[in-house]
Amino acid sequence: MKFTLSWLRDHLDTEAGVDEIARTLNAIGLEVEGIEDRGAALASFRIARVIEAVQHPNADRLRALRVDVGDGRELSVVCGAPNARTGMMGVAALPGAFIPGTGITLKAGEIRGVKSEAMMLSAREMGLGDDHSGIVDLPADAPLGESYVKWAGMDDPVIEISVTPNRGDALSVRGIARDLAAAGLGTLKPWSAPAVAGAYKAPLNWKIEDPRACLWVLGRAVRGVKNGPSPKWLQDRLVAIGLRPISALVDITNYFTFDVGRPLHVFDVAKVKGTDLTMRMARAGETLVALNGKTYALTEEDGVIADAAGPEALGGVIGGEHSGCDEGTTECFIECALFDPVRIALSGRRHDVRTDARARFERGLDPAFLPDALEAATRMIIELCGGEASEVSFAGAEPAWKRSATLRFDRVRDYGGLDLPADESVARLARLGFAVQARDAEKVTVAVPSWRNDVAGDLSAYRAGGGTLTQFEGLDPARAAKAAEGQAAIEPECDLVEEVLRLGGLDAVPAVSLPAVAVIPPPAFTAKQARAALARRVLAARGMQEAVTFAFMEAKTAALFGETPEALRLVNPIAADLDQMRPTPVASLLLAAARNAARGFADVALAELGAAYRDITPDGQAAVAAGVRHGATPRHVAAPSRPVDALDAKGDALAVLDALRVPMAALQVTADAPGFYHPGRSGVVRQGPKTVLATFGEVHPKVLAALDLPGPAVAFEVFLDAVPDPKRRKKGAPDLPPFQPVRRDFAFIVEEKVAADALLRAARGVDRALIADVALFDVYRGKGVPEGSKSLAIEVTIQPREATLTDAQIEALADRVVAAVVKATGAVLRA
Amino acid sequence: MTEDLSALLARTEAELAAAADLRALDAVRVAVLGKSGSLTALLKGLGTVPAEQRKDRGAALNRLKGAIEAALDARRVVLDAAALDARLAAERMDVTLPPRPFAAGTAAEGGIHPIARTMEELTALFGAMGFAVAEGPDIESDWHNFGALNIPDHHPARQDHDTFYLPEANGRRPVLRTHTSPVQIRTMITQAPPIRVIVPGRTYRADHDATHSPMFHQVEGLVIDRGITLGHLKGCLVDFLRAFFGISDLPVRFRSSYFPFTEPSMEVDIGWSRKTGELGQGGDWLEILGSGMVHPKVLANCGIDPREWQGFAFGMGIERITMLKHGIPDLRPFYEADIRWLRHYASSPLAPATLHEGV
Repeated sequence: MKFTLSWLRDHLDTEAGVDEIARTLNAIGLEVEGIEDRGAALASFRIARVIEAVQHPNADRLRALRVDVGDGRELSVVCGAPNARTGMMGVAALPGAFIPGTGITLKAGEIRGVKSEAMMLSAREMGLGDDHSGIVDLPADAPLGESYVKWAGMDDPVIEISVTPNRGDALSVRGIARDLAAAGLGTLKPWSAPAVAGAYKAPLNWKIEDPRACLWVLGRAVRGVKNGPSPKWLQDRLVAIGLRPISALVDITNYFTFDVGRPLHVFDVAKVKGTDLTMRMARAGETLVALNGKTYALTEEDGVIADAAGPEALGGVIGGEHSGCDEGTTECFIECALFDPVRIALSGRRHDVRTDARARFERGLDPAFLPDALEAATRMIIELCGGEASEVSFAGAEPAWKRSATLRFDRVRDYGGLDLPADESVARLARLGFAVQARDAEKVTVAVPSWRNDVAGDLSAYRAGGGTLTQFEGLDPARAAKAAEGQAAIEPECDLVEEVLRLGGLDAVPAVSLPAVAVIPPPAFTAKQARAALARRVLAARGMQEAVTFAFMEAKTAALFGETPEALRLVNPIAADLDQMRPTPVASLLLAAARNAARGFADVALAELGAAYRDITPDGQAAVAAGVRHGATPRHVAAPSRPVDALDAKGDALAVLDALRVPMAALQVTADAPGFYHPGRSGVVRQGPKTVLATFGEVHPKVLAALDLPGPAVAFEVFLDAVPDPKRRKKGAPDLPPFQPVRRDFAFIVEEKVAADALLRAARGVDRALIADVALFDVYRGKGVPEGSKSLAIEVTIQPREATLTDAQIEALADRVVAAVVKATGAVLRA
Repeated sequence: MTEDLSALLARTEAELAAAADLRALDAVRVAVLGKSGSLTALLKGLGTVPAEQRKDRGAALNRLKGAIEAALDARRVVLDAAALDARLAAERMDVTLPPRPFAAGTAAEGGIHPIARTMEELTALFGAMGFAVAEGPDIESDWHNFGALNIPDHHPARQDHDTFYLPEANGRRPVLRTHTSPVQIRTMITQAPPIRVIVPGRTYRADHDATHSPMFHQVEGLVIDRGITLGHLKGCLVDFLRAFFGISDLPVRFRSSYFPFTEPSMEVDIGWSRKTGELGQGGDWLEILGSGMVHPKVLANCGIDPREWQGFAFGMGIERITMLKHGIPDLRPFYEADIRWLRHYASSPLAPATLHEGV
């Protein structure tokens, strides 16, 4: 919402300057978006007359001017403008003035032997456009010596505020003035609309065929009008706020929209078919060619204003082209109507029409203001266009909007946090137009003014925004009813507390630190949240850079990584390659690795704690700690570079699980990882038969090719939701036997297909008490090992429990280890 | 197609089906399309065909060539896939092998993303004020994201949200949450007051330019208790902002505003210099968050009686406060995972945000 300072002063009697006005607007909730003071930089420039312009004696392209700058002096000016001529009126700058278009401060000087004591300005030099073809050429009657800015009407700053959706009343200069006056910044000037007598019977009748289409409408004709251009003051105001002047009649309706927040429409009576204007719902198949030149296909949910030929306007949203006024109009018919805000909002959105009328109607207008607005508009039309008015025709009636609200004075303190005297609370409300109906020591009851639809509104009132209760369906009915009762009782009072606080500015409320819940507060994280934080640190500590990537990606790419159900595809993606909720963060990370590789950074390790999406339910969103490594490890004297491999990814996944205190010994790895992994170089980490904790492996070559990744790439996923809470916080007693352990090495030849894990488990299972650990320390293929087999070397740690073991006991145990391994894996002990 | 050509096609197709590997496939190709291939010979012989039949014969040969080439390509795809499968099968490794005892990188090379770092700091600071962290899903019902928060379908505020929608299911239209406020609703439904939670999380709006990302992060705060006033809201935010930015006298300004889910509502500005970007001085104001007393309708929608309980809520952009705190000029690189940017702005995993070490 834009307005000029002088426009505001039409309604507000105030001494305050722009800065103070802006500060107050900000404090009371009318946020200032910007102030454009077009004249400030040009304030010193005066209207001057060229007494004489002659050729410069020493320069072909320059002219020597004698200029009357209006203060009695006659100055010599050297000027390069081709249009400089004797007798012309222009704009002069004197030494010391800053020239905005050139960024230079003017100094008196001498150019080729002729003094230059001032400067005649072009439009570009004043920063008023690109015209530099010559100096500004003003009309002959421009007042010599007067401020150019003032003469040109640019000494009026334009203020733009953003109006919140609840404040339809502030989408008008008068509404803003009212708020400022209430905040103590001056006095609201009176506004009245003396009735204009009707000279003839209205040529058009209103009919409300469907109350959904319109609540109340008034109209009257003015005949004998001449619809030329509107006067300069009106055009200047409209231009200043960014509107294009069209014709007097149209400009008047626009002026009312912004001046008093009352959208109007004017029909050309000659163009209306029949004598009835009907408010009804549109019929299937009807269309409207609107004032913006677009054709709208109306629906049965749209309210229209129709004549005998069909819809002439989408009521409250946009008028029709056909019946609008133009230069040839001699009799106009003013429409002043009240529409259902909800229907306007939905119609406007359905057809994507954003008009000044819609913005006001959907926020709610003053439902009592229609008769006055119509009288004032009639008067202004007659003033600017001549003619005489008809009687008023109408349909419907003023809605029952009157309501009151009660404020308990202590609530300003106990809800609003501000200890304010009761009298001040009442005074603030009164200044906003809330009339006191009853008052005692504890509370005041006020009547809500007609223009404040946002205060104490309910369904019986004419109001926008708000909305009714939509309680959670699963609530216990008694609890729901009690809460609803509480809301009905307390909401109007909250509205009043807000008004009282707002007018004084919220900076007046003292800040109070929250009372402590406990001297030492409980942990902010749940166990699950703490796990995610720890996983993040573990991965970063393993050299991974944590990334944050979009949760959506191209459906085609997502399909490489898992299910891409239609239910998870955005209806309105911002770009075609951001339409599918991803099946795993690994997908996003590999895309990121590809972008890095394309920039010359192929060796990356990226991790993300993000979501994988399975379905639209809350449980369908899995928390995943994922990571990818691509390329090779860094080159270093102490450790040569090598390509990343599946065991790196396995190491990452297991490091996370270990840090989260998952019992590692009980985990199993199976070879059934998802399809985006290399089928022979990937695994699934399981806890028991059902719980999948993680996946890891090399990325499938097909996926690498599809993403343009040179490879090799490995990835992992840890499913944080699947990780169980640790059973106990306390650890059991440590195992500290007094006897030295004995370590024995074994090497077995097994077929390639035998998993090392199977061999280790077999060895461990021989004696849970005596065998403390079994570790694989070598895998060998080659000489001495048959083709298709491998040698696995393990170290078995034997921990005596009761007494030192004899050699015979150790040998017996070793034999049992060999036997168990042979039985489980078909191995042969290597000689 | 004449009989001889149909026969050639049938024969070639049979041979292709029998080709077990790429070499066999190539042999079939050469036999038909090679220099002395059967189809090549037919094409060469076209010149001897009587002029009046030549056009038809030529067209038929071309069709045949196309069909054979298509069959070759189709078979090649199958054989390529089989060859890849065979290669992958041969590349099988023992994934039960223990991983290396050390990682492929070190803590010095790794790092925590600035968004996660800010979330950690938020948790530490609000945790000290007795807040717990709450979470909710990214995919929300219309009711959780809008209706329960007093934003009915027709509300003008909806226009500002640029909502992403998912396909309608069971007559309801899921959305990607446009703010973290739906978690207020989830918390109030499941948890009896008193409540103190913050909700850091991902949010989504269909807006993409230099200062907007379609996915971004917010932190929501909610306090519901007896006797909580707007003064507490101000105190809580001032305490947080000064600790977060490490400026004990950071100017904080509160402006009346409007959000459908709070009343009174206010926007909060901090003092900074527009010219230098320095916080805490310079005389300019920078809007940083929105807040207010929880609207009675929102409480009642969750079954809380507003006569008994009241409180406040606030929400701020995590990227925004992160950019301000660290002087990060551009929003978009936050999500691009450019390894150079990450390394530059990441924080050490070995120095988590704790109150005793300082956030």
